Amino acid sequence: MQQIQKRKLPHYFNNAHQEFEAAKLGMWAFMAQEILFFSGLFVAYGVFRYFNPEMFIYASRLLDWKLGFINTIFLIISSFTMVMSVYHIQHNNRTKSLVNLTATFFLAAVFLIIKTFEYKAKFDHGYYPGMLFSGEGAFSSLHIFFGLYFTITGLHALHIIVGMVLIAWLMVRVWNGTVSAEYFTPVEMVGLYWHFVDVVWIFLFPLLYLL
Amino acid sequence: MKNFITEKKGILSWLFTLDHKRIGIMYLVSIFAAFALGGFAALILRFELLSPDKILLTAKQYNQMFTLHGAVMVFLFIVPSIPATLGNFFLPLQLGANDVAFPRLNLASYHIYLLGALFCVASIILGSVDTGWTFYTPYSTSTDTAVIMMVTGVFILGFSSILTGVNFISTIHYLRAPGMTWFRMPLFVWSLYATSIIQVLATPVLAITLVLLMIERVWGIGIFDPAIGGDPVLFQHFFWFYSHPAVYIMILPAMGIMNEVVTTFCRKNIFGYAAIAYSSIAIAIISFLVWGHHLFTSESEVAATIFSFLTFLVAIPSGIKVFNWIATMYKGSIDLKAPFLYFLGFMFLFVIGGFTGIFLGALAIDIHLHDTYFVVAHFHYVMFGGTLYAFLSGMHYWWPKMFGRMYSEFMAKIAFWLIFIGFNMTFFVQFIMGSKGMPRRYYSYIEEFQIYHQISTVGSWLLGVGFIVMLVYLIQSLRSKEQAPDNPWGALTLEWTIPSPPQYHAFEKTPVVDKGPYEFGVEKP
Repeated sequence: MQQIQKRKLPHYFNNAHQEFEAAKLGMWAFMAQEILFFSGLFVAYGVFRYFNPEMFIYASRLLDWKLGFINTIFLIISSFTMVMSVYHIQHNNRTKSLVNLTATFFLAAVFLIIKTFEYKAKFDHGYYPGMLFSGEGAFSSLHIFFGLYFTITGLHALHIIVGMVLIAWLMVRVWNGTVSAEYFTPVEMVGLYWHFVDVVWIFLFPLLYLL
Repeated sequence: MKNFITEKKGILSWLFTLDHKRIGIMYLVSIFAAFALGGFAALILRFELLSPDKILLTAKQYNQMFTLHGAVMVFLFIVPSIPATLGNFFLPLQLGANDVAFPRLNLASYHIYLLGALFCVASIILGSVDTGWTFYTPYSTSTDTAVIMMVTGVFILGFSSILTGVNFISTIHYLRAPGMTWFRMPLFVWSLYATSIIQVLATPVLAITLVLLMIERVWGIGIFDPAIGGDPVLFQHFFWFYSHPAVYIMILPAMGIMNEVVTTFCRKNIFGYAAIAYSSIAIAIISFLVWGHHLFTSESEVAATIFSFLTFLVAIPSGIKVFNWIATMYKGSIDLKAPFLYFLGFMFLFVIGGFTGIFLGALAIDIHLHDTYFVVAHFHYVMFGGTLYAFLSGMHYWWPKMFGRMYSEFMAKIAFWLIFIGFNMTFFVQFIMGSKGMPRRYYSYIEEFQIYHQISTVGSWLLGVGFIVMLVYLIQSLRSKEQAPDNPWGALTLEWTIPSPPQYHAFEKTPVVDKGPYEFGVEKP
């Protein structure tokens, strides 16, 4: 690993604390934005579930809850490793921080791989999104559930991919010493984002697989 | 002495600058271009409506033209107009800060804006959209025009708006100069704060709506298109959950500028500072609860009644502001300079626009008036007579600070009267023909409406001339050699304490604030 690099405070801030607090508030505002973005999907889910209650119950049984459950566990562990990464960078242990970031990255990758297998299994039964849908089932409106399922989990997977890019970026920055106990704002902010992505999944899992 | 304009040279030093002042100027140029495009579309539309028969456009081209006008004016011009230009430039300066909290994010938001604009313009070439700026389903999922291109553009523009909002919230919380308490902030800052909250919380709902619209159009997942099991009313709810708060994104910063102008040109402290500040926040909150008044005819009667009531509530904080401005003018030492003329124009037109909004919020009357020119007139009185007037007021007010040059006051007054008369001629008759039943967005009409349409079209020409006059004297002012004073209006807020135009580091010494922003009664002569 490279030497820690001294960071110059931007000219428009008076002190590092002010900069950190501004970044944190900005990140929370951005999180609020993310919540509203996903809330649109949750409302759509609620509306169509209200219109087709029995179909939704039937369709959720077609998903493999075991794979969903394993993925939930992986994401929760990845949130833990993310927290540990933030903790270690704050306490100036860059090696451990890097190890935890790497673990988070791989857990995210495993999540996506399992998700791909799940998608594949659905496609094999003709449960494609939208017009391509050719799956069989007890309800003629089954395509609506799978349309929502692929849209919601797809957009969530997109957020996981963005998170992985950000984590990879952090790994580089921890390694080259541009973040450290002096300045760990990026790690903390990506951490917030990562927890958000996990929390969304924690809502999605019961809604789509169990209810 | 170098200022922020002469600090560095070359186009790249502008395009990749982190300076909020330069980003503000680039936004200003961009939204002028958008305004010219949207305005040009409007002039063509009005020209076509001179006669119920074809003059220039076919019916489909007419639909494409009003979509272009609406989408460009809403998403490319009026949403970013005040926050991204005057807000970007003056929010940090009014707080006594040297930049926004996240300058790189600020630049990114500008680049994102350009990218989004590119998509919108590309959609014109690839088959101009004919759905109207509201993109209602199922028409928008079935028309053969370039809906995806346009919607992608609007989706991208949304991120630009969100990032500006995030940036401003952090800036206002953490970059205030020592002594600048919340209640010593200029009211323009308060209004930008309320705007930012709406930008951050409402825009993502538009984003997800547009993503779902695209997915529906490409894959047909059955969410908005009734033919495949979708719910078109859900689209309307989603769309207006953003787009109603969005009109407050447009009007709140406009109201903010009015505070700066009315105090400076009446040389009086603002009447009811706290009431105005809180009413901005109240408008932001209520704005999220009224979207249903766009769906009076497609939702349940109970819901419509509740939304009607909530809609009336918005009138209260808006009224508080208007009364406070009038009270501020009372016994003031009024100076009828161009920015103040626009303030008066705003008061006159915004009140008409606001009251007709109450008509439309009343259930029974709305059933008669909805989808007529009455709505078009109401919307333009609020957006053009309100937001655009305030924007012009602010632009004239801060022009000497931004560029260090004075424009011709005489020419500015001529342009004001041309625009004022042209505007009322164009839109007041639309109230009349709307109440008589002329539907909006129609290509043709029955004979008895022709006289109204003709008056309206002639008015639009006056408007066009007014804006050309403005363009000419503004460009002239930039070419003149005469340096504008640092504080030509004798205003008291912090941006007037520094040179015109400001240096790259606007405040060499961080200012210390010990009083409110408009304490005219107590300043030394």
